[in-house]
Parts: sequence; structure tokens; C-alpha cells
Amino acid sequence: MNRRYELVYVVSPDATDEHVAELHTQIEGVVQRMGGHIEKTENWGRRKLAYEIGRHKEGTYVLEVILGSGELMKELDRRLKVYDTVIRQLTVRVDEQQGVIERTKAKRTKTSQRRRVARGLPADRQPGEGQRNDPDDDRDDRFDMGEFGSGDRAR
Amino acid sequence: MDGRKSFGAKKGARSGQAGKDGQRRPMFRRRKVCKFCSDKIDDINYKDTRLLLPFVPERAKILPRRISGTCALHQRKLRVALMRARQLALIPYTSE
Repeated sequence: MNRRYELVYVVSPDATDEHVAELHTQIEGVVQRMGGHIEKTENWGRRKLAYEIGRHKEGTYVLEVILGSGELMKELDRRLKVYDTVIRQLTVRVDEQQGVIERTKAKRTKTSQRRRVARGLPADRQPGEGQRNDPDDDRDDRFDMGEFGSGDRAR
Repeated sequence: MDGRKSFGAKKGARSGQAGKDGQRRPMFRRRKVCKFCSDKIDDINYKDTRLLLPFVPERAKILPRRISGTCALHQRKLRVALMRARQLALIPYTSE
């Protein structure tokens, strides 16, 4: 059973680059041992935290896209909790969501192509065509806010 | 619908007196549209702080639907994304 997960963890700013790299190899080891596969690794570098975690104001963010089972992610989660240099972590399952996104995208292009052909236009948008010239979108008043429409400045 | 509209107009006149935001819509209220529907953003991702930040003004509370105009479907997705981003300290839970 292969599922796609995104694991983001925040490493304390005191940790060296070597430590971050070592953490990555450790994770890689666990993933491989449990029959998983790391699809992508992204180091976002040092970022300012939106709020203080413990005494930290900054952190190094690392994103790993992992193919594997739920048990694998559970194990990774457990292991990351042990390190006190990892100050935050988040695991999200993404494969189902990505499927939904792809399907809605495909559906949208299909309907738009069908409508464009019905109006006698070429199926795909031409390079010079403006975005706001399409009156179809403007007719949607389902979300008309009435008296609340003026935004938050009124407060 | 009619009653609501006229009430809105009255309020609009009041805020038009005091406010400077009458520039864009002097008499009538601009219709709010869901940003994600109109921009065709399917993926509301917790990593995309540039997309999420406008929905958490100063106090860092989530902007309600009645103000942002986001549709129910996208507000739900937005909420999940914001909560994940908060957990990772990409977006604050609160400020001051």
C-alpha cells in the first residue's frame, strides 16, 4: 500500500547544517528499511517563526515527500519526537487530495473547451485573449454579501 | 432581497461619508466573489503563505466568509490549510 505523504519538520536554529543533513539521512534510512521511498526533499532554509516555540524565534524547515505506508509515517513521527532539535513536525497525506485537484482541473479544462467550441472559438485560449473579457464569470451573484460587503474597515 | 439591499445602501451612505474607500465604489457595493473560484486556485496549500496571509489580518484570526466572500467549499479548505500552517509556525495563532 503506497501512499504519498508530506513531512515537514522544523529544526532548531542552533543545529548545524551537518546535523540537518544527518537527520535527513536517518529519515532516509528508516524510510528505506520500511519499504518506502523519498520522492523529493526540499530545504527551505532558515525562516523566522510566526511565533516563539520554546525560546526559538527561527527554524530550519525541511520538507520530505515520502511514498510509503501509514506504519512508516507513524515510526518517523515517533522518531522525530525523540530529537530535541526538532521543534515542530507535521505529516500530511497528500495523494488523495492531489487526485481531487487533478480531476477538478481536468474537468474545468474540458468544460471550458466544450463551451468555447460551442461558441465557435478554438478549443484553447489564444495567447492574446484577455482574462476579464469572459462574461461567464461575472454573472455569479451567489455570494453577494449585501450590507456586509464593505469589508473589515467598517469596524 | 429588496429590504436587504436598501439597508445596505443606507449603511453604505454612512460609511461613504466617513470612509475613504468610496473611491472604488462610490454608490453601490461591489459584489464579492470567492477568490479561489475566480482565480481558479484548486490547491489551497498550507505551504503557500503568500496565498494564505491575506486571510489572517492583524489579529491573525481567520477572516470570516461574510467579509472575504470566499465560498463555503473554499473556506473549509482554507481553514484546514491555515490550521496546518499555524502548526508549523508559518502563520501566527494570534498577535498581541
